[in-house]
Amino acid sequence: MLEISAKIKEYFLKRNMVISIIFVLLCLAPLFLSDFRINLLGKFVAFAILALGIDLIWGYTGILSLGHGVFFGLGAYCMAMYLKLESSAGKMPDFMSWSGLETMPWFWKPFASAPFAITMAILIPVLLAMIVGCLTFRNRIRGVYFTILTQALSIIFVVLFIGQQAYTGGTNGITNFKTIFGFSLSDPATKLVLYYTAVVLLLAAYVFCKMIIDRRIGRVLVAIRDGENRIRFSGYNPTAYKVFVYAISAGLAGLAGAVYVPQVGIISPAEMGVVPSIEIVSWVAIGGRGTLTGAIIGAVLVNSLKSVVSESFPDIWSYFIGITFIVIVICMPSGLVGVYRQIKEVWRSSLLLKQREAAVKH
Amino acid sequence: MIGNMETYVLQIFNGISVSSILMLAALGLAIIFGLMKIINMAHGELIMIGAYVTFVTQNIFLSYVDKNLFDIYFLLALPAAFIVTAFIGYLLEITIVRHLYGRPLDSLLATWGVSLVLQQLARSIFGAPNVDVRSPQWLNGGMIIFSNLQLPYKRLFIMLLVVLCIGGVYYFLYKTTGGRRIRAVMQNRTMAQSLGINTRKVDAMTFAIGSGLAGIAGCALTLLGSIGPTLGTNYIIDTFMVVVLGGVGTIIGTVVGAGIIGLGNTIFEFFTDASLGKVLVFTVVILFLQWRPQGFFTIKSRSLDE
Repeated sequence: MLEISAKIKEYFLKRNMVISIIFVLLCLAPLFLSDFRINLLGKFVAFAILALGIDLIWGYTGILSLGHGVFFGLGAYCMAMYLKLESSAGKMPDFMSWSGLETMPWFWKPFASAPFAITMAILIPVLLAMIVGCLTFRNRIRGVYFTILTQALSIIFVVLFIGQQAYTGGTNGITNFKTIFGFSLSDPATKLVLYYTAVVLLLAAYVFCKMIIDRRIGRVLVAIRDGENRIRFSGYNPTAYKVFVYAISAGLAGLAGAVYVPQVGIISPAEMGVVPSIEIVSWVAIGGRGTLTGAIIGAVLVNSLKSVVSESFPDIWSYFIGITFIVIVICMPSGLVGVYRQIKEVWRSSLLLKQREAAVKH
Repeated sequence: MIGNMETYVLQIFNGISVSSILMLAALGLAIIFGLMKIINMAHGELIMIGAYVTFVTQNIFLSYVDKNLFDIYFLLALPAAFIVTAFIGYLLEITIVRHLYGRPLDSLLATWGVSLVLQQLARSIFGAPNVDVRSPQWLNGGMIIFSNLQLPYKRLFIMLLVVLCIGGVYYFLYKTTGGRRIRAVMQNRTMAQSLGINTRKVDAMTFAIGSGLAGIAGCALTLLGSIGPTLGTNYIIDTFMVVVLGGVGTIIGTVVGAGIIGLGNTIFEFFTDASLGKVLVFTVVILFLQWRPQGFFTIKSRSLDE
């Protein structure tokens, strides 16, 4: 019994202290914060899931995707289609009749079922990522070339979703939801449940990512980042690994989108653009790339700051985030987590020095 | 039949016109990327600055210079835009970009931060709403080809400007000492260094020239519509696609890439609609890269990584 508790102590307090603290804080947050803030925090938790996906592909594998807004958006749209159909009681949603559609398009129909919608929210981004990934990574399109293509991907989807107004709601996106699984979305209790669902899913996503990076496959991913040619010469096929990690991170983004929509109540093409996609990367960069904790901290911290600062000084926010981002990228490539580690290192070595000095004096 | 032909001629003309603007914007980007492997996300904002320099020049003329001389303001705005953006580019290089050599992805992110700051700066100085720049009188109207087909002088002027810029860059890169140095560094940085080329100087100069070209692009854009702080963001991704498609490090690559993307956009949009047109162009580019992953034209090299 004592052994088990010692093991638990070792595991949660020593090896995973920061992340344990984060999750305890997230679980306790509803005790301190107002309903409005909890709703916001729930949104940031959804963003943290998204950041985990970006960290997996950028922080660990070194592939910069600036099109993750698309995967996030696709997941969100799948969920939004379900919510919209539920609030219109299975009939044709209002915006379709405004755009002059007579009957509901065939691909909207199955989204009346929640399990289908949630599955699709993850599956569609995964499939899209696999297609794009196969077409690009197979030809060794990498580095900035891949990044530019993903940017173009996100432009394409924004244009497409705005253009096909009758099917997607155009610029306004999909909004005006009433219920989820029969519960009213405006009810504080529903909101609280949604918040805790988001936290649980974040924990699940974290554990899932941790499983990947702690295994051999995680080592291969890091090796691809640090020397792709070496890994190829060692007999691995980087393409398969890259497609895999791209698909996984797209799936996480889709999940994040599905978690985001019921809490925020709207999804529009603006969320899929290049700018939101770079913003996701900026959270991970500021939190600390290549560490899962950093991604979560970055997403929650940057967004909290943003909502606080831009409430009172909307102009300053752009300067602040722009300059912070430049400084972080140039001077602190491993972000806040890196700074924390450096401080710990300095503190530890100074402690060692003192001990040694003390020993010498004896 | 004639009616049909007029539409086609006009479509092709529009396509070339779109291409010429992309060319101007992509030229600077391609040189910078080819030389230093730096992706400059703030390139769009340099275009925006060029446009605002034109706006300021116009205002100066409106308030201080005789009305009869107003029409020449545009000819002064072109070099002014070049010089101002080149100087800003130079400042960017010596403060920020030089820390990012060898880290292309990071350069993309840091320059995105720069673009945020520059956009907000424009918003603080000139206000968020778009402003209008009055085109000079001699660019109004158009060349009449058929009875009801008119090619606007403004677009023709932009094409001429692009031809001049490309000619100028070609002359500079291939006929002058500075250009030869740039090409040497582009082909083999360490070798050039050991032969006594000051690569720091070459880098800074190239970045300034590339930025200056963006300024000229911005100046040209004022002829086509009102300008605002987000002017550059509308062009930046298409410009990147030009660089990817055309290949890095050659002028001809940029010209061909811009031609294909500009004409492709117009043609596909003509046959389908605006949203599907973009999707088709993107699909074509991806499929093309299956065949030539490095783009149309590349500097031949035996090294493993580009």
